[in-house]
Amino acid sequence: MTALTIRGVTKSFGATPVLEGIDLLVPAESFTAVLGPSGCGKTTLLRLIAGFADPDSGTIAFGDELVFSDRRSTPPQRRRVGYVPQEGALFPHLTVADNITFGLTRRARRAGQRVAELLDLVGLDKRVSGRYPHELSGGQQQRVALARALAPEPAVVLLDEPFSSLDAGLREGTGRAVAEALRATSATAVLVTHDQAEALSLADQVAVMREGHLVQLDAPEIVYGTPQDQGVASFVGEAVLLPAQLRDGLAECALGTLAVRSPSGDGPAEVLIRPEQIQLHDGGGTAGVDARVSDVSYFGHDASVRLDLLPAGPRVTARVSGGALPAPGTTVRLTVSGEAFAYPSRDAEAAASLR
Amino acid sequence: MELGTDPRRAPVTAGDGGLGVPQEQQRSAGKRQSYPPLLLVAAVLVALVALVPLGFVVGYTFSTGWDEAQRLIFRPRTGELLWNTTRLTAGCVLLCAVIGTGAAWLVERSTLPGRRLWNVLLVAPLAIPAFVNSYGWVSLVPAATGYGGALLIVTLSYFPFVYLPVTATLRGLDPALEETAHALGHTPWRTFRRVVLPQLRPALLGGCLLVALHLLAEFGALQMLRFPTFTTAIYDQYQSSFNGPAANMLAGVLVLCCLVLLLAELKLRGRARYSRVGAGTARPATRARLGRLTPLALLALAVVTALALAVPLGSLAYWLATGDSAEFSLDSLVSTTATSLGLGALASVCTVVLAIPVAWLCVRHRGLLSIALERSTYFGNALPGIVVALALVTIAIRIAPAVYQTTVLLVVAYAILFMPRAVVNVRSALAQAPPLLDDVAHSLGVTRMSTFRRVTLPLIAPGLGAGAALVFIAVVTELTATLLLAPIGTQTLATQFWSYSDSVAYGAAAPYAALMVLLSAPATYLLTREARRGTRG
Repeated sequence: MTALTIRGVTKSFGATPVLEGIDLLVPAESFTAVLGPSGCGKTTLLRLIAGFADPDSGTIAFGDELVFSDRRSTPPQRRRVGYVPQEGALFPHLTVADNITFGLTRRARRAGQRVAELLDLVGLDKRVSGRYPHELSGGQQQRVALARALAPEPAVVLLDEPFSSLDAGLREGTGRAVAEALRATSATAVLVTHDQAEALSLADQVAVMREGHLVQLDAPEIVYGTPQDQGVASFVGEAVLLPAQLRDGLAECALGTLAVRSPSGDGPAEVLIRPEQIQLHDGGGTAGVDARVSDVSYFGHDASVRLDLLPAGPRVTARVSGGALPAPGTTVRLTVSGEAFAYPSRDAEAAASLR
Repeated sequence: MELGTDPRRAPVTAGDGGLGVPQEQQRSAGKRQSYPPLLLVAAVLVALVALVPLGFVVGYTFSTGWDEAQRLIFRPRTGELLWNTTRLTAGCVLLCAVIGTGAAWLVERSTLPGRRLWNVLLVAPLAIPAFVNSYGWVSLVPAATGYGGALLIVTLSYFPFVYLPVTATLRGLDPALEETAHALGHTPWRTFRRVVLPQLRPALLGGCLLVALHLLAEFGALQMLRFPTFTTAIYDQYQSSFNGPAANMLAGVLVLCCLVLLLAELKLRGRARYSRVGAGTARPATRARLGRLTPLALLALAVVTALALAVPLGSLAYWLATGDSAEFSLDSLVSTTATSLGLGALASVCTVVLAIPVAWLCVRHRGLLSIALERSTYFGNALPGIVVALALVTIAIRIAPAVYQTTVLLVVAYAILFMPRAVVNVRSALAQAPPLLDDVAHSLGVTRMSTFRRVTLPLIAPGLGAGAALVFIAVVTELTATLLLAPIGTQTLATQFWSYSDSVAYGAAAPYAALMVLLSAPATYLLTREARRGTRG
């Protein structure tokens, strides 16, 4: 398997720029998720890598081999990419086995080589090999699509929102099976998604895209823990963002005085606190601040509690385990565990642009 | 044009088995390459051929000059033909709308017993070409001529053109809309008037347009019923004065009528879209209880089907049974059948092959130009066979006398006339093979040619077959253009039937009619299936 290197790739459709100077390195045998809201250009990026369309400028290399540079473009037929589109796009007139062996040589197709091995790899029973795509569930179709893409041993595997059409229960299991199969074959893989949970849980590194730019490229826990800016913070997971004053490595904000991770100078700032850092207490005690419970969304395993800080503070969201929940209208005491993350004060538009 | 498909009803987003391509991708796929030159040249040529008759009529009118045209057009005879054509068209459209919509409502939305059977019986008249229907009537009831007879018989032949789309729309109508109206406090009748009827409008108008266009093109039935309209007058002119300017001027007026109809329908249809919003299949609607009215409804449908099916088929059976065996020649029957089948096969293959570049551009490279090219092939549906034939005869004699009276010219006429059916079917077939599948195949290292052979062709083959079958049947029952263009000595089932029944040899004509009906039956089945799929027009 080979690394994928993208340098300075731009692309516009007519006068509309879609990608503006994308640099992305996907190390060999790693799994990178490209995460962004719809319309950010992530699917276009994937199509450029596959060779279905050409960039306006920049280079794309698979390992040492340039597949696009200076208007010289290797056609998709010779790039050796494995492509898993949305909803699988299995060939409807072929059985599962014929779909999987579609990209193999005629002789290999006849022999039906690798069908059992690949079905096993993606966690499907051998008995489905004679079925037609419409006889499979959505999750099975996606697994077959992955097996088909892996069969010719591609240099890079590209997955275009492959789980977005599956319902929630199926999505997680299918995603895990796909990630395991990709790791087992040591594939270099790029997954495009707008689902931050999917990106964080499956990938080795997450590339966050916004309006044609790549804004952050890091391991999942770094993207979540120290987002590049407030926009990324609120797109990747839920964020409580409060204005604060930094002094001596501490932040003073509506939730009290908080420790700050890698502080940088004093002055006005904005701090990020994740909802699960906010803890609720029955009152009494001296630590923390008071808040009135506005409303509660109960999810079973846990719950989101929206709180208005007293006396007239901003509204914050806390994520608490689903045990004893406060009733709306009651007053509780809030404390913050762990460190906050501080940003220089900003103008409001930047955050709005990502949401 | 005995069995028509309305091309505009057809953007059939046929059930695509989970292959829906996201809009964004289709758009970007379309943008990255402009029209492929070879395909474009092919499609332009096909569109030009399809436009030949219309261009000829317009050009001829201009070159004739205003004075001469005026002399030929403004005659009492033209006024009489216009009056006949108009009153027949208006009367027939009205009757077809009432019968078609009423029957559709009974079958789709009421508790009528035997609905499945009625559905088949109400579509079946399409399998009997109109000129065979009038043969059945006239040979049995010689008095069934003139306006009354013509109105009755063409209505019986053409009401399924309204019945089919209205049925399909009623079936596809989301009952949730009606339930919402009920919930908002509308009574059932008010709901029908304010919710259901407006949604039927495109189907109803489309059906009526189809009936009217068929009427303007109808020749055999009206000639047999001795009711002169433009078509029969053009034919008579052509027979007597051969290729005279008079015939061409009448053809010009007829084309004008067709265009007026097309524009009127566009105008009436308006810009509203009446498709179901949201995904998933609609639940079946609750049916209205007929109760004590059931016998009345049954009687009405029984009368319609008896007149439309039992009379012509009974008459045909009678002539088959009693026909004078001395008149009957098996050799002639076999040879005309072979000619018809051969012509049908040749024309259907040619037409489908010609339709492919046009449909391909339209589906895979959608743009203003490709849409314009596709639309220009639809004029065949609006142009009467006699106009196309007359244009080709005149052009052939002037420019290429070598092809006059050859099979080539005849096949060209068939291709122009029946191109819409082929294009519609090839287009919906191509929609079954989204470009995303090509992308996937390419990413798997499969070449373009190989992708076409292993992916696209297997997916579109059934649609190509259906298109070819529809063209085939249309050719086998085509009369007007064949009469004018068939090489001397070439007799098809339709022309042989025509020459027998024209000389009142009803018994001799019967076997030819029976064969045409038998051959039309499968196409009728195909049409009902198509209507069932295309409910989201």
